[in-house]
Amino acid sequence: MTGVRVAGVGLTHFGKHPERTGRDLFGEAADRAFADAGVDRSAVEGLNYGNFMGELAEHQGHQGPLMAEAAGVTAPATRYESACASSGTALREAVKDVRNGEADVVLVGGAERMNNLGTAGTTEALAIAADDLYEVRAGMTFPAAYALMARAYFEAYGGSREDLAEIAVKNHDNALENEYAQFQRAISVEEALDAPMVADPLGLYDACPITDGASAVVLVSDEYADDHGLEAPVAVTGTGQGGDKMALQDRQYLARTPAAERAAAEAYDDAGVGPADVAAAEVHDCFTIAEVLALEALDFYAPGEAIGAAARGETTRDGDRPVNLSGGLKAKGHPVGATGTSQVVEMTRLLRGDHPNSDAVDGDVGVTHNAGGTVASTTVHVLEVTE
Amino acid sequence: MTDDTRVRDEGFDDFLDAVEAGEGFYLECPDGHGSLPPRQVCPHCGAGDLGETPLAETGEIETYTTVHVAAPEFDDDTPYVTAVVDFGGVRLTGQLRDAAPEDVAVGAEVTPDVARTETTGERILVFR
Repeated sequence: MTGVRVAGVGLTHFGKHPERTGRDLFGEAADRAFADAGVDRSAVEGLNYGNFMGELAEHQGHQGPLMAEAAGVTAPATRYESACASSGTALREAVKDVRNGEADVVLVGGAERMNNLGTAGTTEALAIAADDLYEVRAGMTFPAAYALMARAYFEAYGGSREDLAEIAVKNHDNALENEYAQFQRAISVEEALDAPMVADPLGLYDACPITDGASAVVLVSDEYADDHGLEAPVAVTGTGQGGDKMALQDRQYLARTPAAERAAAEAYDDAGVGPADVAAAEVHDCFTIAEVLALEALDFYAPGEAIGAAARGETTRDGDRPVNLSGGLKAKGHPVGATGTSQVVEMTRLLRGDHPNSDAVDGDVGVTHNAGGTVASTTVHVLEVTE
Repeated sequence: MTDDTRVRDEGFDDFLDAVEAGEGFYLECPDGHGSLPPRQVCPHCGAGDLGETPLAETGEIETYTTVHVAAPEFDDDTPYVTAVVDFGGVRLTGQLRDAAPEDVAVGAEVTPDVARTETTGERILVFR
């Protein structure tokens, strides 16, 4: 089985770009990924594209071929939809294709246009990732769902709004030098605590923003990289995916995320590494509490132990294992379908040394964690510097 | 759209009808796994012969939140309390009515009912 290398990565700016179409955003990200890879786009044998709510935001289905056009490739293209884990899922399938020998070069990415819908419209659109009958019709929004999980966590293990605010502060600090981030602005714990409540105990600064943006990576086989003399030091060495019941009410746990636990265990096993080997992680902090749940699912902490990790300085830039050095979804932004591959873009740059925060990474192994819905689906990937 | 124009969802609307009539139920498989309709098989083990088991008269609030920012269909309903309530065989998600947010607590006993939303008049599962 061949190894899978990240030959090139590209992002658009993540932020408020309500007038930019999805195809325009993805075309830009793909163009940057090709330039970074030094791979001709005619070599692409498949496009795996992640998008969540294009039907609602742009009245656009069947986005695979549209995005292949946008990227200037003629290869077959497939859209993957798994809510906020859409492009993580697209990436996993591309990794399998390269390993299986189905393709030597695959373009993977995602895009989401959201701000054209406004806050109410986006809240309504995001809700379709929940169970329509038993959650959405009861008025459960996504912030509400994570608030339900946060209160369940506090009840089970303890924790406070201050602990969550420390996570937001950390992630904003990490985004300061990230030119692609929506918020290159520091915040304080006090500001976070004073922000308007969205769904208690979660306030505005516990939530990721509404973001337009795209991401792309070019994956190649070891053989293709060697034959073409590509400089591609980072490999995807582990992939894992886990699932759970769709509705929060139907889960065994309200304050744990077994889908992510399963994805992490599979990815670690696949890569032949363990949590202790991981130097840095990009995790799906759509809400501050989600970072806590992710760190426990990745087995960096036992259940109930990750809530204070940011406050203790363990996951900050100077900590033992920095988390979300990109700024995370919280500060970098969360264009839903683009997020999974954008985490791989950031981690690749962090590991190969050309990210503004690369100096905070002390090691060769990074992990990305991309969760869909209230973690009914998750992909985890292990990236390593292999040469 | 109100219930008067919406096509019924078999199973789900039957469930709401039953709760409204004070005859709430859930589906139970031979192994005792609970689920909500419509189901062809048990989502936990795949068993096919599901029976209806009466829902407990009261459930216990397991977690809750006060929603300040809602989707447009619930605009006039905010702020409202969404709770996940444990009824033993199943949990249900709904809105808490007739209680001030500051009086809500994990562990409180509530009864299920069906009401209408302020914004659209749609039927909604509530707890009182």
